[in-house]
Amino acid sequence: MKKTFAIGGVHPHDSKLSRQSAVEELPLPETVAISMAQHLGAPATPIVAVGDKVLVGQLIAEPSGFVSAPVHSSVSGTVKAIEPRADLAGNPVPHVVIEVEGDAWLPEIDRTPNFVGDMTLSAEQILARIKEAGIVGLGGAAFPTHIKLSPPPGKKAEVLILNGTECEPYLTSDDHIMRDRPDEIAMGAQIMMKALGVGRCYIGIEENKPEAIKAMRIAAIRFGGLEVVRLKKKYPQGGEKQLIDAIIGRRVPSLGLPIDTGAVVQNVGTALAVYEAVQKHKPLIDNMITVTGRCLPVQKNFLVRIGTPFSKLLEAVGGIPENAAKIISGGPMMGKAISNLEATTVKASSAVLVLTEKETKRRPEGPCIRCGKCADACPMGLQPFLLYKLAKMNRPDEMEQEKVFDCIECGCCLYTCPAGIPLLDLIRIGKADVMKIMRSRKK
Amino acid sequence: MSNLIVSPSPHLHGPESTRRVMGDVLIALLPVTLVALLCYGWSVLILLLSGVATCVLCEYLINRFLLHRPCSVGDLSAIVTGVLLVLNLPPAAPWWIAVVGAVVAIGIAKMTFGGLGQNLFNPALVGRVFLLVSFPVLMTDWTIPHGLLQDHLPSLSAQVDAFSGATPLGVAKEGLGAGSTLQELFAGGQFNWNMFFLRPGGSVGELSALALLVGFLYLLCRRVIKVTIPLTIVATVVVLSAIFSAVDPARFTGPLFNVFTGGLLLGAIFMATDYVTSPMTTLGQIIYGVGIGVIALCIRYFGSYPEGVSFSILIMNCVVPLLNKYCKPRRFGKEAK
Repeated sequence: MKKTFAIGGVHPHDSKLSRQSAVEELPLPETVAISMAQHLGAPATPIVAVGDKVLVGQLIAEPSGFVSAPVHSSVSGTVKAIEPRADLAGNPVPHVVIEVEGDAWLPEIDRTPNFVGDMTLSAEQILARIKEAGIVGLGGAAFPTHIKLSPPPGKKAEVLILNGTECEPYLTSDDHIMRDRPDEIAMGAQIMMKALGVGRCYIGIEENKPEAIKAMRIAAIRFGGLEVVRLKKKYPQGGEKQLIDAIIGRRVPSLGLPIDTGAVVQNVGTALAVYEAVQKHKPLIDNMITVTGRCLPVQKNFLVRIGTPFSKLLEAVGGIPENAAKIISGGPMMGKAISNLEATTVKASSAVLVLTEKETKRRPEGPCIRCGKCADACPMGLQPFLLYKLAKMNRPDEMEQEKVFDCIECGCCLYTCPAGIPLLDLIRIGKADVMKIMRSRKK
Repeated sequence: MSNLIVSPSPHLHGPESTRRVMGDVLIALLPVTLVALLCYGWSVLILLLSGVATCVLCEYLINRFLLHRPCSVGDLSAIVTGVLLVLNLPPAAPWWIAVVGAVVAIGIAKMTFGGLGQNLFNPALVGRVFLLVSFPVLMTDWTIPHGLLQDHLPSLSAQVDAFSGATPLGVAKEGLGAGSTLQELFAGGQFNWNMFFLRPGGSVGELSALALLVGFLYLLCRRVIKVTIPLTIVATVVVLSAIFSAVDPARFTGPLFNVFTGGLLLGAIFMATDYVTSPMTTLGQIIYGVGIGVIALCIRYFGSYPEGVSFSILIMNCVVPLLNKYCKPRRFGKEAK
């Protein structure tokens, strides 16, 4: 029986163009620019100086605050600059710029393909390793993993859920790591289960990835307490709240945290990074990125060092086609449009998607015909048409009553609206106001 | 490529559009319209042409000269209103009836409220009720015009001769008023299969329940409408009329009769499901559907009109803003603590 979440959702065409193209290692760029703000929380503080020589995997920035993560060099070479540079949206963010010289790794990193299945560390030691390795959630939010694996006092984790849904159209990076490295992911899950002190782990994978389901099922048999759950294809199944609902049938309360249901959700990519950090001493310095789009001559999956410019990724598939209209970092439903192609990849980058004007064009906005399709599609059971109106009339109090803070910004409402009304655009603006008001009230 | 588009997510958009939704409704109306054209001939064609043309023209002129807005005819909603209006007229009505109805439907019921999406009442029904009240004789003249089908279907022409245009609902209302019992009025049983397949008499769109149901299936398959509203209306009518007819079979007509006569199916499938004038959440739609069923049946049983579907839908249209305000969708997750 295929499971899925109960409320709302949409079914965009899955467009997994790069499903069958094998993973390639992207050639090293001449320079990398590593962002200091690539995780949720405070930006990291650089500890290297201009002119320093660094090795692959060497610590170059320390966390600065509770919610923060260290950053490591993804290449070997000389630090050329430490300066603010524009990120993909054009906002200045401190970067450490390193000129690449050779490919020399820190000696303690185990680069052999050997699988390391023995693990005798305690939960505290595991958490310390994960923290030192700078691991953040690779599903998109980039929340530091060690914090997520340490439930706040009074809350108890009961189950670990690995997110292998990859419900965004076009993306195939998680599909590939599940097919190619199922044992490592399963071992990563074991390590996180030990850190959390739970005995059970579900791996949720959507039905359109049969090879990944098979590979993970075989791996799950080798390790205890793991179970692969085949899920129906439906967006946004990879949303944390939707995934918990789909797999264990519990709903995260409004304004609550996933841990309130006893579940901790981690991406399969994060599980792999945890395995590499704990068993192979490898900090998070590279990730799998899908470069895709119908207008590209080829669609590929690359293993990419963090800090590589997006332009290099596009060059590797033959450059930007003439008819490209929008380039997106991430999936088409929640990814961010790139305005600056010299911006560089970060830990949570998962894809570069090139869309033509025809594919991405919004239809002209017409009057609301009150079909209610946005409310049917909303996975949080909100009424987007109402929130949109309230946002337009600037009524934050009523937006709060209508639980705008529950909005996960998945985009189902805007995707589905037959009248082409920019529902989510306005709701986002209104939601930001409401959140500000709610925070100021708490103080 | 030199200029990249930078806009917030989502970057993909679904296939649905207002135009496609309206187009689907038109396709769903095709079966019953075609059957009517074949059965009633030129008369219905003239009604359709004059009704639809007036609706489109009216919307265009009002946008152009009164509201100074871009032309909205392309969304096809005016055509849908025109076709629905004609389906609610007697087949022998003169062409100017359709014109007057269309002017009222678009000019008064739709555009004065602000156009598509703003109107409180179903425009086609406002047009019909306006005509019914203003031209009661013309609007209840059930003469059956001669069409192609009548030449080729002997059973149909026999039916036409036998009924001589009276509607079953009219027969029941008048007969009961004159003191007869239903058993006397419908000696051969209230329901017969003609009512399901093809039964001339009544409004244009009431001709064939089967053709309406084909359109209904199409709308369901294309996910244009959900089954909720039509189902609750029909279920309400069935349950209530079953109870009433069991209590007093001489005075109250039964469930099959009530579902397959008059405008109940046409109203439940195509008029009550109009997005703009129906509630947006399932709970609201159920209340709305039950309300329509109850009011329609009450008018049929106790009112002075033989048929009450139009009135019941318009009455429930008034309640829709309240239903939208108080019937919330099922939320994800309860309030924390």
